Amino acid sequence: MLENFGYIGIFLIAALGFAISTITLPILLRRFHIVPKKPNPVKSSTYECGMDTVGKSRVQFNFRYYFYALLFVVFDIQVVFLYPWAVALGELKLFGFLEMLAFFSILIVGFLYAWRKGVLEWK
Amino acid sequence: METGIAISFWILAAVTIASALAVVLFRNIFHAALFLVLCFFTIAGIFVILSADFLAAAQVLIYVGAIAVLIIFAIMLTRETQRGSPSGRLRLPALMVGLLFLATMVFIVVSTDWQVITEIPDQPTTSAIAQALFSGEEGFVLPFEIAAALLLAAIIGAIVLVRER
Repeated sequence: MLENFGYIGIFLIAALGFAISTITLPILLRRFHIVPKKPNPVKSSTYECGMDTVGKSRVQFNFRYYFYALLFVVFDIQVVFLYPWAVALGELKLFGFLEMLAFFSILIVGFLYAWRKGVLEWK
Repeated sequence: METGIAISFWILAAVTIASALAVVLFRNIFHAALFLVLCFFTIAGIFVILSADFLAAAQVLIYVGAIAVLIIFAIMLTRETQRGSPSGRLRLPALMVGLLFLATMVFIVVSTDWQVITEIPDQPTTSAIAQALFSGEEGFVLPFEIAAALLLAAIIGAIVLVRER
């Protein structure tokens, strides 16, 4: 069991190594004068072929996005129940299936309410 | 195997503590939120080391997924986040309380006579948890359905509270 998670660890280390090496490699190559440095204003601008952005990148987001966050959180909690259920569905048989069906038919009311009240759309 | 677990534990513990400190000490609140996500994630790793694989999955789903999204949304929706977290007058008392809490925890961990079971725990745990939760005879079917009703109340309550009239 733990060995399988060990593979995730190896993947994480590989991903981290990739990220770090792609960041540090250009800096090291520059430092040891392997790559030349001939800057000009166009080359060192943020977007070489595009428009510079206007204003700050941090803006206040529309409040309506919060509905999506709230509904996502509820769905996320459903997934926590769904995950062990899906793992053991083979042994739980029809009873387990009906159980989850009841669970979802209760919760779908909330999503139907959200849909009917039109909180997921804006003008 | 044993040394591998020990090495990964110490790495995870170091990253957890470093990221937790970064959450408190960083001025930029968005960076602090991202470090909070890292902290949650490494705690999931510690759960994995403790052979609590379902707990690790739940940690990633709820904390790294839902709680982090809520916190980041809250930051994105707030207007004056550029100033970061200003230091208040309660800094020193907070430090004192924190140290006191740490001392209490360390004292409890050191002084408790921990019972160690020789039995090897169930692996993987997810299937066993599902059996205990959903099985017809000794499962928790009714609490499970009541949880659905609770979540329904949470959805409707959130919509009623947040919706503009």
